[in-house]
Amino acid sequence: MSGDAGLMTVLLAMFAGAIRVSTPFLFVSLGEMLTEKSGRINLGLEGTLVFGAMSGYAISYHTGLPWLGVLVAGICGSGFGALHGYLCKLPKVNDIAIGIALMLFGTGLAFFFGKAYIQPSAPRLPSISFGTWSEHPGVRQALEINPLFLLGIALAVFLWWALKNTRYGLTIRTTGDSAPAALALGINVDKVRLLSTMAGGFFAGIGGSFLSLYYPGSWTEGLSSGQGLMAVALVIFARWNPIACFWAALLFGAAGALGPALQSIGISRGYHFFNAAPYILTLLIMIASSSPRRSLKGAPGELSITK
Amino acid sequence: MADTTETPGIAVQSSFAADLLDRFRRSAEYVVIPLLALVFSGILFSIFLLTLGKSPADFFSLVWRGGFGTSFSWQNTLVRSAPFIFTALCVAVPARLGLVIIGGEGALVLGGFAAAAIAIPMVDWAPGFLLLGVMVIAAMLAGGLWIGCVGALRHYRGVNETIASLLMFYIAVSILNFFVEGALRDPSDPNKPSTRPIGSDNMIGAIPGTDVHWGLLTGVVLCGLLYLLMNRTTFGFAAQIAGGNLRAAQAQGLPVGRLVVVSCAIAGACAGLAGFFEVAAIHGKANASLIAGYGFTGILVSFLARHNPLVIIPVAIFLGGIAASGGLIQRRMDLPDATVLVLQGLLFLVILVSETFYGRFAIFRSKGGVL
Repeated sequence: MSGDAGLMTVLLAMFAGAIRVSTPFLFVSLGEMLTEKSGRINLGLEGTLVFGAMSGYAISYHTGLPWLGVLVAGICGSGFGALHGYLCKLPKVNDIAIGIALMLFGTGLAFFFGKAYIQPSAPRLPSISFGTWSEHPGVRQALEINPLFLLGIALAVFLWWALKNTRYGLTIRTTGDSAPAALALGINVDKVRLLSTMAGGFFAGIGGSFLSLYYPGSWTEGLSSGQGLMAVALVIFARWNPIACFWAALLFGAAGALGPALQSIGISRGYHFFNAAPYILTLLIMIASSSPRRSLKGAPGELSITK
Repeated sequence: MADTTETPGIAVQSSFAADLLDRFRRSAEYVVIPLLALVFSGILFSIFLLTLGKSPADFFSLVWRGGFGTSFSWQNTLVRSAPFIFTALCVAVPARLGLVIIGGEGALVLGGFAAAAIAIPMVDWAPGFLLLGVMVIAAMLAGGLWIGCVGALRHYRGVNETIASLLMFYIAVSILNFFVEGALRDPSDPNKPSTRPIGSDNMIGAIPGTDVHWGLLTGVVLCGLLYLLMNRTTFGFAAQIAGGNLRAAQAQGLPVGRLVVVSCAIAGACAGLAGFFEVAAIHGKANASLIAGYGFTGILVSFLARHNPLVIIPVAIFLGGIAASGGLIQRRMDLPDATVLVLQGLLFLVILVSETFYGRFAIFRSKGGVL
């Protein structure tokens, strides 16, 4: 009996965790996916995410409007994206290295300006209750869903449709698969990549604002646990497919919730390994899905990490 | 060229001089461009400070005073730069093969942990030199295996080394936490979960006449050795070919797989050594203080030094000085400690962008032609 209840608690906590924790993963991975589809990789999204978290929190604190914070976080994110996109078009400038530098720079700027916002508390994003039908408090809590999560699902579906069916989607995919082909079609490759990286930065910024404005819900320097970097692996796992990004984000969210969930029913042995579950999972997936002989299936042809 | 053909005797001489001048011109590029990049990032950072209403002159004079002004600040700088040297080598050696390893911090953490863990059962009976020797080996093995794995995954499974090394950093942290908060926790220390101390008698002392521990000197020697390895041996030459053109290297029958794995293992062993010195010279035990971001600063150091082991030494000292002045800047100018991070990020960006200017300026090009 008690074992069943414990299992239920763990499953419920993982379900709730999957929904709560996955939102930043979802946004960052969609952003990374879009950037990579255009043929560049932006490792700097970690910095963008942290800066988005800080700027969103600061704006919400000053104006009392958390949604304005989300918007500003996105705009700041696209600013970082623009910097990445602009610098990488210069000859001999390596996109991976610029990403690492931007990670350091974005995190540094966020910590620099964020010092003043560690103490005060800002208005948080509201959530929508989908669980009023249930008597069970755990279920109710699990179904307190943030609108950004739903927005993320809509975005994933939209990107999936747009990349497949629209002229813009075709332009981005062509640019990512073969820059010479895109050039021959009269596409401005640098511009497409700049805009894709900016859009990617916008999404990553929003993902960051979710961290500070909803869950965990305050601005601290240890806020991000590397979501921006794990997004890179997550996109590989999802094979550059927006819908798969959504499932992968849920899986990562659930894996991240495993440790705290087990601890809540008294299993604290190996707590740290359960905390590392998302990283171990990512690594295993990368090992299983990579091959030295061919590039990854579904990978954009111009991408430097899969060449 | 026209006048040299008339008198052969002078021709030899002037072409020798011209050759020397050409060489100078070409190598000057590698000094002038980074220096200009340094100055430019200084200007950008000054603008950043000015927009915040702070004085750049104050800032740079405080960096000078806090990092290099007195013998005390010099020693502080040198102590801080020691781990940067090791972790930068962890980036520089695989970079010769075209690999970007950014998880050196993980090898540092595990190296430090392995050193402390192996010391615990030996502390009561082993003499100091034996203990330290075993600790060094454990740290280098742990770090070397960790990053060596990244290299093996890269070569045999095609797993991207940048992301794999970073994921393994997080895993290394959880291994450290698992043992330090569990089986190996020192019950007599209620404050911060740590392993049992290795004993103050067994700790590495300072270089005589200074407060700087031996890690710095070890790092300098290691930089020299790895410079020789990468530039004066067949191993280094083969690594350079494999880094330049993988297919050509394979066609030549070079053992690319072994080169990749061994380079990564050497790199990891360097970062592991950083962890050893953190434990044996600074903390005296392994705990979360090992995760101090040295591995990430090492990436910056290596890129600033263009992955040249000899250049890593001055660059590490330079960044060590900036880090050492952080406290002073915080107190005197009322700037947050992240100021140093902003400066580092800016420096990193500008240096990377400066890559684009190599070969662009006619003044650095040899007159004779393409080369």
